[in-house]
Order: sequence, then structure tokens, then C-alpha cells
Amino acid sequence: MNFYTDNESLSFYLHHPEMEKVVAVKEKDFAEAGKHPEAPASAQEAVDQYDMVMNLAGEIAGEVIAPNAEEVDHVGPTLADGRVQYAPGTRRNLDALIQAGLYGVSLERKYNGLNLPRAVVVMMAEIIARADVGFATIWGLTDCADTIQEFADEALKEKYLPRICQGATCSMDLTEPDAGSDLQSVRLKATWDEAAKCWRLNGVKRFITNGDADLHLVLARSEEGSTDGRGLSYFVFDRADGGMTVRRIENKMGIKGSPTAELQFTNAPAQIVGERRLGLIKYVMSLMNGARLGVGAQSIGLCEAACREAEAYAASREQFGHPINQFVAVQDLLARMRARTDGARSLMYETARYVDLAASSRAASRVADILTPLVKLSASEFANRNAYDCIQVHGGSGFMKEYACERLYRDARILSIYEGTSQLQVVAAMKGIASGAYLKQIESYDARVAEGLAAGLDGKAAPAAELQRCLDVLRKATDGYRRFYELAATEGTTSERFEHATRALTEVLAAIVMGYLLLLDSQRDARFLSSCQYFVREAIGQASRHIATLENC
Amino acid sequence: MSLKIVVLAKQVPDTHNVGADAMNADGTVNRAALPTVFNPEDLKALEMALQVKDQVPGSTVTVVTMGPPRAAEIIKDARNRGADDGFVLSDARFAGADTLATSYALSQAIRQVGHVDLIFGGRQAIDGDTAQVGPQVAEKLDIPQVTYAEELLAVDAASISIRRRLERGTECVKASMPVLVTVTSAADDCRFPNAHRMIRLAKEEVRMMGADSIDADMDRLGLKGSPTKVKKIESVVLAHKESVVLEPTEAALNELSATLIKEHIL
Repeated sequence: MNFYTDNESLSFYLHHPEMEKVVAVKEKDFAEAGKHPEAPASAQEAVDQYDMVMNLAGEIAGEVIAPNAEEVDHVGPTLADGRVQYAPGTRRNLDALIQAGLYGVSLERKYNGLNLPRAVVVMMAEIIARADVGFATIWGLTDCADTIQEFADEALKEKYLPRICQGATCSMDLTEPDAGSDLQSVRLKATWDEAAKCWRLNGVKRFITNGDADLHLVLARSEEGSTDGRGLSYFVFDRADGGMTVRRIENKMGIKGSPTAELQFTNAPAQIVGERRLGLIKYVMSLMNGARLGVGAQSIGLCEAACREAEAYAASREQFGHPINQFVAVQDLLARMRARTDGARSLMYETARYVDLAASSRAASRVADILTPLVKLSASEFANRNAYDCIQVHGGSGFMKEYACERLYRDARILSIYEGTSQLQVVAAMKGIASGAYLKQIESYDARVAEGLAAGLDGKAAPAAELQRCLDVLRKATDGYRRFYELAATEGTTSERFEHATRALTEVLAAIVMGYLLLLDSQRDARFLSSCQYFVREAIGQASRHIATLENC
Repeated sequence: MSLKIVVLAKQVPDTHNVGADAMNADGTVNRAALPTVFNPEDLKALEMALQVKDQVPGSTVTVVTMGPPRAAEIIKDARNRGADDGFVLSDARFAGADTLATSYALSQAIRQVGHVDLIFGGRQAIDGDTAQVGPQVAEKLDIPQVTYAEELLAVDAASISIRRRLERGTECVKASMPVLVTVTSAADDCRFPNAHRMIRLAKEEVRMMGADSIDADMDRLGLKGSPTKVKKIESVVLAHKESVVLEPTEAALNELSATLIKEHIL
């Protein structure tokens, strides 16, 4: 089984028209062509390479990681003498990916990376997560390498980045017992050791995913006497240098293959990444945006897995003399699951393309910033709903441990919590809501849809009349959103009334954005139409409901 | 110290993914409609060869196959997995070869490679299941062979130690080089292709070699060199058509034994 080739949507987004621009930015207008044996000379060649690499990742996800998932969930990692031992299946997964050269894939070629754009990296994350979300967290943490690549000095890059491409695992050590969502309260201390010419870390980190990794990025307080985020710096710690022990690994509800650890740092030697005091306010924020997109990818992988488990069961389970997928009530569940998956996926790849384009455009960077919380919020909540519905389709059998849906249900739960809870995503979205940045983005989608309809569509597109109907309703929904916003903000955007409405405002926005994106997708391929219609209904329905609530209650 | 290693491989129909149009109306195989794969035991052979290369740095692995031009796909696949080189014996004059003609063509091709220390091949191909080609190549090259290999135990410049499967158990054998080894499905799975190799090698063509380039006796190639004639292919379905219920008595068991002996089953 190949998790890339068995899902046509992935190739659809890999060959998205905007990918040409993404490639040009990532390849710096093909500056390495002819100089490096792996560098492409054209957008077509680059996309062909992505396709090849995704094919390989798809095979490993389908043939190695997915078959290991159940055993890894049962066995989990173990702790002995302050060291974490992965479940044997996790080790096999890692070995397969390392052997295939699929570690540190986003890094530049000079560090032995594949120089893949974010739009491809998240696709790889999606299929790995479809196979096993817990494992996807371990693989996904190689994103730490991007922070080193972007902010560290060359000596540090040369020391660590090639190691990551060879399979060194990573962790992002941010949270502490008293610093979860509030990272400004981080207390782990970093002091300069003049004799050894290095920083020394002392303190405790808690809830650290893949906590016994080879390389750690540690947020620590370098400025004595400081109490807020401006006193924090960012460090890289190499486990081989000693000074860190794992105190415990958590007994979790889901993603059990991924070791979540409590770490004790005692005079651990470390090197600073970038400049002092910018740890939280610049570097972690950058890392966090990447991590949020990564959780989006994990969530969509889980959405897809839940869809497939449910579809397969509904096709084989017979009741009243028919497979249950012939009953409207079950079809409705399956269609909603598929629509959520399609919507979140379209939003994620759109966001990832903007993240890639942000390297050369401030405007793209601003769009990436506003779309990222929408991806994290929508995809992670959808993953939970899909996992719930997947069990529902299975009926009583879904409540038993024999079916994968039970594991998916447990694994999904963390997605709307880690790397920023859903509530924090709403906070992150507020700036774009208040500034009108989302509306501006929606207007640009509207113009693109209208332009496509006016120009005429090819044979693969959904019928123009259907698309026009969707567009008309999305315009009404957008008007509804404006009205909802005005009603919510009657007492000002700092009022309690407004704060209460923020989550709903964000969700209406997300539905409109996903509706538009699937409308654009439906102009290229009719199979996205029914999912598009789902979000069109959601957008108008939610907007109307919230307006009615605010007007009457 | 470095070794020259050859792997014999075959592209075969993917029997796990046979569609409805796999057979023509006249009962012959519709090859064009069949998806193809790297013969599974040949992949295991490739892995064993690559393990030798890992242990003896500087060694080279060359993959040789015979088949239509599209068989180049498995050479590319093998290179992506770590093989250094490979070529396809492709020529209309090779067509219709049985195991005798195939092993002759392959052995002549191996001679072109020059001095070879080790030859690995799968025990058998899933489309023919003869398990004859490997041993016949060894005979034609006049070198020893180790069949049914399951595990590489050790290798040095002059010898290789292998665990091989027997009917009841395994045995460990040490063979001096050159030697041909056929590998079973119990051996290690082949490593995955490597993304960097895939990208680097994507544009490199696969060498194709015709009958003229292997210094062969044309009468020993293809259909002409194949004494095996397929008279008919039948799909034999073994099914229980009747069952006999026996009383749990000695007399009934004796009667069953007598019947089975009479019908030459025992």
C-alpha cells in the first residue's frame, strides 16, 4: 500500500498551479542548477522530484509505519536508567525513513537535505500521520532543524544540520511545570560558563515530546532577574554531551508511541541559537508557527485515516440485508467526514504555499500568519470530530479495542491541545479579524473564483452553474460574517461580549475560507464539489445562527 | 579488498494486483495489462548483495536482468536502493527462452562483466517457480553454488558464510569465491530506495545489451535454444468434493490406511 499514490488529492495539491512560484522561491530561481547534482533546473523537474520523493514516503508510510502502529500503541516507549527506549516498531519506522534519506528533508542541500518546500514537507507529515500520528510527532520534530538553519550561526549549522539529515532525532523543550501556554514564565536557567566557553542549563522541562532526543532546542532564562519573555534565549543541547536525565515518561491517553518526558538538566552544556533575549519573542514564535502547521498536517492525516476506516467498515458491514453505507444516515456521516478532510487539507496546502512564498514576500508572510491559526484550529477540531464519527460508523464494534478507530479517537485528542490550544488559535486569529486581513484575503479568493468562471472552465471542472450557486451563497455568508462582527463589536473589540463571540467568529471565517478554497479546487476538479457545498452550507448556516443569537439574546 | 558482485533479477507480473483483463480471450497472458514488480526473492538477493557491499567497502554491485525494455525499471529501482550499476539483456533473439536458454544468456552476460566474486539471485521467480536459473548459471560458469540462503553470516575477501534452509532445519555453510547464492523469501527485506540516489540517478539511462554483445552462440538463445515446450497451461483447483466420516475405532483407521495406500496417496 502506498499512502501517496492511493490518494489523488495529494498529487492534485503537489501539482497546484501556484507550486511553480513556490519552486522558484525555494530554488532561488534555480541558482544551484548544474552546480549540485540534485538541484533541479526547472519547476517541472522540481515537482517531478517532489513526486518521486512523496512516492517513496508513501510506500514507507503504507508498508512500514501503518502496519507497526498498533504494536507501537500497545508497547510504547520505556524508561530505564534515565534513558528512553523507543518501542521496537518506532525504531523500525525511523530506520526505514533514515535509510530512505527522508530525515531533515527541508534543509538545504549543502547540509545534505532535500531542500523541500513546506508544501511538500507537510504533505509528507500528513501521510506519516495517517499511518501513525504518534510517530509523526517524532518525525515532525526535525522541523527544529529549520529554526537552526534560519537563526543559528554557520558553525552551529555545520555541526548539527548534517547530523539531523543522517537521522539525529530532535525535541523542542519549551514547557515546564508552571509554564505551559504561558511560556513567558519559563524558569529553566541558562548561565554562561566562562571557563568552558559554553552555556550551562539547570532546571526542569515537562511534557517534552520525544524528550530523550539526540538534539534539543531549549528555551531558557539567560537574563538573571528577568521575569518575562524578554529574558529568554534559545539553546541547542546535544544529548551526547551529558547533563540531562529523563525523570519520567508520561502515561498518556493517546499518541502512546511518542515518549513525552520530564527532563532534569544539571549543568548541561549548551550553545546559544542566534541572539540573547530573542528566544521566545522571535525564535520560538517562528518555530511555533511551523509546529502549528505540522499539527495541522497530523490532524489531516488522522482525518484521512478516520475516513478510510469508516468507509471500509461501512462498505463491509451489513445490516437489514444491505451494507450500511447504503443508508442515508451513514452516508451523511461519511460525507461530513470526507468534507472536513478535504476542507482542512485545501486550507493547509494553501497556507503552506504562503509560508514558502513568505521567504521573498512580506505580503505572503502576512497571509501565512493569518491562515496558520485557522489551519491548526480547524484541522485539529475536525480530526476529533472525524475520530468520533468513525467510531459512530462502527457502532458497538467501534467501542472495542479490536478496531483502529479506537486508537484514532485517543490519538486525536491531543491535536487540539498541543502547540497551542484551540483557544489560543482563536486569540491568534483575532488580530486578522480586527484588522480586516481575513476579509481582504476572502476578497482575493472571490475575485479569483469569479475570474475563473468568467474565463470558462475545462472539462474536469464542476458544472459552472453549481459553482456560481456556491459563490453566491459564500458571498451572502461573507456579508453575514460582517454583520456578525458588527453585532459582536457593538461594545468594542475589548468588551466581554466580543470576547465571547471570538471563537464563533473564527469558525465562521474558517468555513468561508475553506468554502472558497474548495470552490477554487472544484474549478480544477469536480470531485471537490460536494465538500465545497458542505462548507458553503456551514458558512451560511453558522453565520445566520450567530447573528440570530446576538440579535435576540 | 573489494568484491565484484552480480545480482540476477527479473521483472515479473505483480500477482497481487491482477486485473480482470489479465488474460486474453484465447487463454494466453495479456502481459501489457499486467502491472509488474521486481521479483520478490530477487529483491532479497539484492539486499544480501548490498549487505556484503556494506561489510566490504569498495565492493560493487551490478544487477543483470533479461527482458523487454521496460525491465529497465527494475535496474533503476535497484540503483536507487544502492546497486552501482546494471543492464538489461533485451533482444528479440532472447524471446521465448526457457530456463536453459535464459541461464546461458545470463552466464554469457556475466562473463562480459569480467571477474566476478559473488553472484546472488532469488531462489525462483513468482511467474515460473522453477528455481532452475540460478543453479544453471552456476553450472555454466563452473562455479559452486549455495542455494536456499536465508542469512548472510560473514564475508571476507575470499569466502562467504551463509545460513541455508533445509527440509528440517538450517545449516551454516562457508563457500570460497567465486560462488553463486540463491536467496529465499526468509532472508532480510530489501532496503528502501534512497531519495538522494533517486534524484541523482533519475536522468541516467539504463544500459541495454543485445545478443551480439554477449559473445553468444545464437542457437542456444531464445526459443531456438529452449528444449522446453509448453503443451498446455491448466488452472488446477484442488477442492474437497466429498468427505468421509470415520468412526474412532481401530478397524475404521485400518480401513482408511488401506484405502490411502491403494490410491497411492500414502
